[in-house]
Amino acid sequence: MKSMDIRKIKYIDSTLRDGSHSIAHKLSLYDIAEYCRAIDGVGIDLVVVGHGNGLGASSRLIGKSLHADEELLQVARSNLKSTKLGVLVIPGFAKLSDIDKAIALGVDVFLVACHVTEVTVTKQFNEYIAAQNKEVIGILMMIHMATDEEIMNQIRILESYGVSSVILMDSAGATTHHRLKSLVKKIVTNSSIEIGFHGHNNLGLAVSNTITALELGASIVDATVRGLGAGAGNTQIEQVIALRQLQNLDNHIKLNDILRISDEIVTRINPSHSGVDGVSISSGLAGVFSGFKPKVIEASKLYDISPYKLFNDLGKQRVVAGQEDKIMETAKKLSESDE
Amino acid sequence: MTTNVAILGSGNIGLDLLYKTLKSNKLNLVLFVGRSENSKGIAIAKSLGITTSIESIDGIKHYLNDIDLIFDATNAESHRSSQHIFEQYGKLVVDLTPSRVGEPCIPIINLKESLSKKNISLVTCGGQASIPLLYEISNVTRGIKYIELAATISSDSAGMGTRENIDEYTVTTEKAIESFTGVENIKSILSLNPAIPQITMRNTVYIEVDNYDKELLTSVIKSTVNKVRTYVPGYYIASGPFFSEGLITITIEVQGAGDYLPKYSGNLDIITSAAIEIAENYNRVYEINGY
Repeated sequence: MKSMDIRKIKYIDSTLRDGSHSIAHKLSLYDIAEYCRAIDGVGIDLVVVGHGNGLGASSRLIGKSLHADEELLQVARSNLKSTKLGVLVIPGFAKLSDIDKAIALGVDVFLVACHVTEVTVTKQFNEYIAAQNKEVIGILMMIHMATDEEIMNQIRILESYGVSSVILMDSAGATTHHRLKSLVKKIVTNSSIEIGFHGHNNLGLAVSNTITALELGASIVDATVRGLGAGAGNTQIEQVIALRQLQNLDNHIKLNDILRISDEIVTRINPSHSGVDGVSISSGLAGVFSGFKPKVIEASKLYDISPYKLFNDLGKQRVVAGQEDKIMETAKKLSESDE
Repeated sequence: MTTNVAILGSGNIGLDLLYKTLKSNKLNLVLFVGRSENSKGIAIAKSLGITTSIESIDGIKHYLNDIDLIFDATNAESHRSSQHIFEQYGKLVVDLTPSRVGEPCIPIINLKESLSKKNISLVTCGGQASIPLLYEISNVTRGIKYIELAATISSDSAGMGTRENIDEYTVTTEKAIESFTGVENIKSILSLNPAIPQITMRNTVYIEVDNYDKELLTSVIKSTVNKVRTYVPGYYIASGPFFSEGLITITIEVQGAGDYLPKYSGNLDIITSAAIEIAENYNRVYEINGY
């Protein structure tokens, strides 16, 4: 286990891509700007922005974006200083001319996706993008619809195209632990390709499947803040990071900043999306009774402090249920020490 | 009077053309051309007693006196690089690849005009399936703002040529829809579905327009489908037309004739059928033109 734990995990944030599905692709330029400004520098490796089905997918068939791809990317680029910008590309929706435009706008990474059995449709795009010295990550969508053996064959073809990392996309959230384990083991045994996982939460397994994939050798997490995404939503990136930090891993990521983005920005982008809010995640991370939440929120407002810090401090004090009287006192102390 | 044809390309498309040519009483298959003695296509052609060549495009030059028309069923890149040779041969070339070199032809729209050119392009499967309706609708409807074509084909009907040149499919389809309808804002989407049993080729068109004549369009759509059915019997409306505010939606499915290619691959059949339709009219139209 130890050797696995020291591997660098790459975090891909698809909130402004998969999350577009949850709002019928009506992302505003304001939201993109605000989100990108806030996420930049928190330690996420790559932020993916655009229509839910990626470049060129604004359509009657899927849903039309509020703004052209170019506008979305331009705003994202100008608000991401230290974080790479990515786009999803599904051949059949996108054209090579869309790739040219994206490169001109400063996109760093292209996530080239197709149905799990159809990787040969990505050859042209993979080679085109690689020829322009841009990074390609392969994505296999709907992994529950193919066998381990079929997926392994597709990965071999991807490798022959020069693709060195692949994300397994559980697009319907229909993959069991058992199946995911056998699939990841199969790939790890037969290939040196870098593996990522993108989960959906239809059956409540998105986060645990992601952790399972990491434990078995995957090293890329493709997830979204608050799980904002198509259908039931995605793996909540902040929950994965919280679980890793409980194991003293990935401590370079400023988790509280992501929790704030969840509670202040993502809830505004899509008020009807549930997911687990940032305050609850900080409660879990701190190991403090969930029932403290309303009072923690109340106290943090009163003293104008971060509810995440408050939960964190309460956790350090190892408070137990019945000690709600510690909340106000701790909040007051924190507000004084902040000054 | 029969038209003498050669088929260049011994893959699935070439083989479907071969069977369709044998079925036609207006066409005489003079030569079937491939690249390898070991190919399945060459073996089938030989077993049917058809003259074959494995010298690719060069194989045709020995038969020029016996040939009126060449079907190119190779691939876009090969078609482009063979241009100068086709020009030397001076025969009418019907191009089944999405090369966009020749005159785009949708038989019910511009068959006669196309026959006066030396190179006829059959656009793409999505183009052949959708443009007849889009053209006829745009002829009687002003102010179309946007057209979208979402096509789904069976994975088993998508050969390597289509897969590895998927951008050509999209660009060629969009450009052809634009040029036949005069509408600039066009979107083409292609999806592959690996389900078994295989799905039939399906095309949904979305037309955004503020004002339209519902009754007129209903009859235009019906008569257009009937015209296409004269050479693609498996062409039918699967759902629609649906008329809603500012939007017309129609779904067409195309079932192949099953000559060589399986019936679900209507996407390939509509191309080979259009090619045969052009070849069968080769003499007729030339006589009208005074030849």
